[in-house]
Amino acid sequence: MKNEKFTILTSTCVPLPLENVDTDQIIPARFLKATTKDGFGDNLFRDWRYDKQGNEISSFVLNDPTYSGQILVAGKNFGSGSSREHAAWAIAGYGFRVVISSFFADIFKNNALNNFVLPIVVSEPFLACLFSCISKNPETKVEVNLADQTVNNTAVGVSEHFEINPYKKHCLMNGLDDIDFLLSNKDKIESWETEHQQYKA
Amino acid sequence: MNTLFDKIWDAHLVTKVENGPTQLYIDRLYCHEVTSPQAFSGLKARGLKPLRPEKIFCMPDHNTPTHDQDKEIEDEISRTQVNTLAQNAKEFGLSHFGMLHPKNGIIHVVGPENGLTLPGMTIVCGDSHTSTHGALGCVAFGIGTSEVEMVLASQCILQSKPKTMRIKVDGRLDKGVTAKDVALYIIAKMTTGGATGYFVEYAGDVVRSMSMEGRLTLCNLSIEMGARGGMIAPDEITFDYLKGREYAPKENEWDTAMEFWKTLKSDEDAVFDKEIVFNGNDIQPMITYGTNPGMGMGITEKIPTLESISEAGRISFSKSLEYMGYQPGEQLIGKKIDYVFLGSCTNGRIEDFRAFASLVKGKKKDPSVIAWIVPGSWYVNNQLKEEGIDKILIEAGFAIRQPGCSACLAMNDDKVPAGKYAVSTSNRNFEGRQGPGARTLLASPLVAAAAALTGKITDPRTCM
Repeated sequence: MKNEKFTILTSTCVPLPLENVDTDQIIPARFLKATTKDGFGDNLFRDWRYDKQGNEISSFVLNDPTYSGQILVAGKNFGSGSSREHAAWAIAGYGFRVVISSFFADIFKNNALNNFVLPIVVSEPFLACLFSCISKNPETKVEVNLADQTVNNTAVGVSEHFEINPYKKHCLMNGLDDIDFLLSNKDKIESWETEHQQYKA
Repeated sequence: MNTLFDKIWDAHLVTKVENGPTQLYIDRLYCHEVTSPQAFSGLKARGLKPLRPEKIFCMPDHNTPTHDQDKEIEDEISRTQVNTLAQNAKEFGLSHFGMLHPKNGIIHVVGPENGLTLPGMTIVCGDSHTSTHGALGCVAFGIGTSEVEMVLASQCILQSKPKTMRIKVDGRLDKGVTAKDVALYIIAKMTTGGATGYFVEYAGDVVRSMSMEGRLTLCNLSIEMGARGGMIAPDEITFDYLKGREYAPKENEWDTAMEFWKTLKSDEDAVFDKEIVFNGNDIQPMITYGTNPGMGMGITEKIPTLESISEAGRISFSKSLEYMGYQPGEQLIGKKIDYVFLGSCTNGRIEDFRAFASLVKGKKKDPSVIAWIVPGSWYVNNQLKEEGIDKILIEAGFAIRQPGCSACLAMNDDKVPAGKYAVSTSNRNFEGRQGPGARTLLASPLVAAAAALTGKITDPRTCM
């Protein structure tokens, strides 16, 4: 899931038309005990996906063979609640590269970007139209172009521009992460420390 | 004309990426066992060490059992995670308060009570409730594990600057209304995403007259309306709280610190991106009825009807009430409950136990209720003993457990069974939060105490 360069993705979508999907649903706390980043995709949406005996709940969208693809489309305020990055690992581990919603929680958005999963904020009408297109035709494809910052619902040919911080865009397109950048400023870190003794604690 | 948030943020700017995030210096990194192992592994894989080990404090809290902490943790995976934190701390020379250490407890309870959290600081932790520390007048926010790795490596984080919001709560609170009720009221009004993108400063007479414990509760819940963090300008209440705490400045250093801390407030003419005002007199004891913290109401009120919910939100609303086993439009007073949880980083401090004890003193717990009473730290546990609160609780039929996050997120054995109702002083009522299928009703320690005495959802004002 790390350092995969992102340019253009065209894929069918998995629809989850629920609002306020919190990170406890994305990955329940009892699965947070691992000390590596592997295997979280198997427990993505665990309690919506499997019953107590571990059998698949056929009505849940991930168990419905009608829908597949590398794009998850979700209702407003996706990823609220806990800061657990395990939620982003689960989404990436399952194979999603993009999550589309009309609104994301802040920490989830950062976590997703740090794992090369692109969260795309679209307008409410675009989202409603996309849900409706997928429901009518599960083969509906969406094209995401990161360089142009466009997301295109190919079923109706409607395209929207999406926002992304230019720095993060650069990181995603080039497969870079933040630590190299931070450490390249080590002299600045040290001079900050010398000048700001009042925070010394 | 700067806000307090701007002042602290700008002072910690190391550099800024053009058209991008700020490289922000971090004064304090707290690490717990759940969100740090992959960060330490990443650090090691890069051949790096923590840049400023003296600024990093580690303690296990999420997995810790609330009984028999002197024995090995039974669950093998939990034990590995807790041991991994201890090993990483040892390898890199970081402060570590392991289980049974006198300073162990929930990280957001331990930081302030030891004076590790100080006004003007920037503080991060791989935990969304890091917002708690803002109560002392610092910029504190939760981060992901990749970001923990950033801070370990560079004592800095790359972060976009959030917008600012001031929430004033004017007036005063009625009897039986606590900081928890204020927070649940604000979240219900704001909704669970209503402050996303913002850093909140709380102000107004109600906030000013809150104790430090109350302020910690209020700031703790900021994330539940999506805010990046919450903060309160330090004042005499803050300074009195900090004086004499173990890691707080001493003697001459205290005077120098005070001079600096007294400058930490928003300017009179500071401009916030958003300002919201509530009146404390409008707030009654609160309870949640649904599966996010924004689904809360006054305890005597009725659950909203389906018609009152926006069309796009109706599927989620119905799914939520179905999970809870409640009907739209009904009242919760008198409904049967099965469990009561007093504790967590939200309500695991001494004042919360005083409030709970004030209601149950001389009475008996309803025998049908299972109650988990979990101090936020060993320090709080000792306070209970010093004040005789332990005896009051035991006489009323409650047992006090050992400190940790416990039933707030049920990573240890303290799980509410499927279908059962828990009145919980914690912070999240998400589906399955307190165990698969568990039904959580968030409330204050007073509402929890009233429920424990009656076995039903009860207005605490009728028991006072």
